[in-house]
Amino acid sequence: MTENRSLVSIAGLSREKILYLMEMASEFERHPNRKILEGRVVATLFFEPSTRTRLSFETAANRLGARVIGFADPKITSGTKGETLKDTIMMVSNYSDVICMRHYLEGAALYASELTRVPIVNAGDGAHQHPSQTLLDLYTIIQTQGTLENLNIYLVGDLKYGRTVHSLIMAMRHFNPTFHFIAPKELAMPEEYKQYCQEHNINFVEHEEFNEDVIAGADILYMTRVQRERFSDLMEYERVKDVYLLNASMLGKAKPNMRILHPLPRVNEISQDVDNTPYAYYFEQALNGLYAREAIICDVLGITLEDVKNDTTIIDIKK
Amino acid sequence: MKREQLMVAAIENGTVIDHIPSNRLFEVIRLLHIEELDHDTVFIGFNLKSEAMGLKSLIKISNRYFSEEELNHLAVVAPNVTLCIIKDYEVIEKRCVELPTELRNIIHCNNPKCICNNEPMPTRFVVSGHTVKCFYCEKEQQLANVKLVHSLHPEN
Repeated sequence: MTENRSLVSIAGLSREKILYLMEMASEFERHPNRKILEGRVVATLFFEPSTRTRLSFETAANRLGARVIGFADPKITSGTKGETLKDTIMMVSNYSDVICMRHYLEGAALYASELTRVPIVNAGDGAHQHPSQTLLDLYTIIQTQGTLENLNIYLVGDLKYGRTVHSLIMAMRHFNPTFHFIAPKELAMPEEYKQYCQEHNINFVEHEEFNEDVIAGADILYMTRVQRERFSDLMEYERVKDVYLLNASMLGKAKPNMRILHPLPRVNEISQDVDNTPYAYYFEQALNGLYAREAIICDVLGITLEDVKNDTTIIDIKK
Repeated sequence: MKREQLMVAAIENGTVIDHIPSNRLFEVIRLLHIEELDHDTVFIGFNLKSEAMGLKSLIKISNRYFSEEELNHLAVVAPNVTLCIIKDYEVIEKRCVELPTELRNIIHCNNPKCICNNEPMPTRFVVSGHTVKCFYCEKEQQLANVKLVHSLHPEN
């Protein structure tokens, strides 16, 4: 291996690289089961529990024929005995070909990528970055809209702490989007991201109201959860907690192509009656996590789109 | 000027760091590890009268010359200091410090959830104007508010 191909941040990905990974993910959507990673070992190190993300990475590795090692619960690792992240990474690097890691500290994945020549995939580092989530979001947008270009993307809920919405803005900078930020004042989009939009000529509009008329122009309605623990003023939480809830009666003016995304888990921000509308797409979005992560793992291992297209190890499993 | 010369003796050879804001003097001392010098004479002038600054401080270090990189780190805490290189009591070079574009293990990240505050590792910052950005967590802070790392010994 001559270069470290780690994926630690969405910010550094070019337009070409994003589209390349999207095309690779679509190959995996057509044929998700292969033996292209046979003989490889994928480590999943979850220093912070995240069942959904871990299962998605492990399924991706397993469906491509790799074997998986790792831990799901930081309590069983040597970290609790005082081992440094460096020592854990050095040790696991001896055993595995790629490390997918989730950590509660910001910048942990970038630091890990400096320590080892084994590629690191950032599966979330605190409130900082979660690039595989962003790539699966982008893949879902392409899948539902046929393009990433010139879309109206409405972000709803916790726009202050939600790293998924911040990363989505960064990734979409290449594709001339118009964003609508819909949030209570206390969880509004931080100034630094609005400044980022201005610096990158990204159009955005801010709203505090969330109703049928506000969302009528959306191509993508990206919902996030308003969490009680994020509020310093609980009176304010009580005032806004039911304002950013989506139900089927609010979809009367929605565009036919509009799709609702959510990084999951949802609590009550999307009412159950939305699930059966043609606009609900969050469960399909979660499935796309598998294809996006298959593409990511292959890419960091140096397997190219050409390799995937010419792959002869495809397994057809009839469901 | 005469009074200052009386208070802080001239040195034959070495480095003079002048125009240090008095409230940053001790940080400059730490930054250059002056407290670790075993044999070389150091004169420190604290709260000297200055026309331009009101009060200033200066340090004269005998027989010591610092690398450009070391001196430029001073710009983090004292951006307007002037440096004089002295040989045979003469000033042979005089210049201002320049802020580097990157700071390695000089300043502390103010994000308690940053990896660099939780692992035994050097900090790293990218400098842009009056703002510094942590290389790891990407949190920004104003240069005027930065704190130096506890241990200033370079870790490689």
